[in-house]
Amino acid sequence: MAAHALVIGCLAALVLLSALWVVTLRNLFRAALSLGLVLLGVAGLFLVLEAEFLAFVQILVYVGAILTLIVFAIMLTAKLQGSVTAPANRQVFPAAAIAFALFIVLVSSTSALVPATPLSGDAIRLDVLGQELVKTLVLPFEVVSLVFVAAVIGAITLAVPRHAKSTKRS
Amino acid sequence: MTVRALLWLAHALFCIGIFGILTRRHAIGLLLSIELILNAAALNFVLFSRVFGHAQAQAFALFIIALAACEAGIGLAIILRLSRYTKTVLADDVHVLKG
Repeated sequence: MAAHALVIGCLAALVLLSALWVVTLRNLFRAALSLGLVLLGVAGLFLVLEAEFLAFVQILVYVGAILTLIVFAIMLTAKLQGSVTAPANRQVFPAAAIAFALFIVLVSSTSALVPATPLSGDAIRLDVLGQELVKTLVLPFEVVSLVFVAAVIGAITLAVPRHAKSTKRS
Repeated sequence: MTVRALLWLAHALFCIGIFGILTRRHAIGLLLSIELILNAAALNFVLFSRVFGHAQAQAFALFIIALAACEAGIGLAIILRLSRYTKTVLADDVHVLKG
C-alpha cells in the first residue's frame, strides 16, 4: 500500500511540475515536450486506476499523434518568429491569482462530496466497456466518427493553399 | 491512496491550464493549455469510473481523447492558415475574421 502511494505521489509530482513547465517555458518546443511528460504521467495514473485500455489509448493518440502534430506546427510557424521562443507572457500575477482562486473554489466545493477513503471495489473490465460502447452509447460513438470525418475534411480544406485550389478548378 | 488527492490533482491540472490560457500569447501555447484542461477532465472521468464502478465514465474519457485529437487537428490547420495570411501566430494580433 505504501508503494502504491509512493507511485501515485511520484506521478502526481511529475504531472504538476511538467504542467507548470507547459504554461511557463518561453521556448514553445520545450513546452510541447513537457506536455508529452504530462500526458505520460496521466497515462501512468490511468494505469494506477486500473484503466489499462485508456492508458494505451492516451499514449497512442496523445503522445503518438497529437504531440507530433503540435511539434510539426511549431516548426512550421517558427520562421515567422525568427525562433521558437514565444513572446513574454502577459498579466502573470492577475492570472495566477484567478487560477489559484478557482482552485480554492473547486477544492472547497468538492471536498464535501468525496469521502477520503481508499479505493475499493473491482476495476472496470474491458469487455464491459466494449459492450457499453456498442449498446448504450452507440449514438455518441457514431457521432464521434462523424465528427472525425468533418474534422479531416475541414483540416484539409483549411490547410490547402488558395492558389492550389484555383489551379485544380481551372 | 485517497480519492481526494487524485481529485485535487485533476483540479490543479485544470487551473494550470486556465492560467496558461490567460497568459499565453502564442496561439500554439493556447492549444497546449487546452490539452491540459482536457486531460484534467479525462482524469476526473477515469477516477470516478473507478470509484463508482461505471463503465460509461471510461467511455466518455475515450470520447474526450478522440475529440481532443479532432480539436488539435483543426486548431493547427487554422493556425497554419493564419500564419500564411496574416504573418503572425500571436493570438492578440488577429482581429479580423475575413482576410
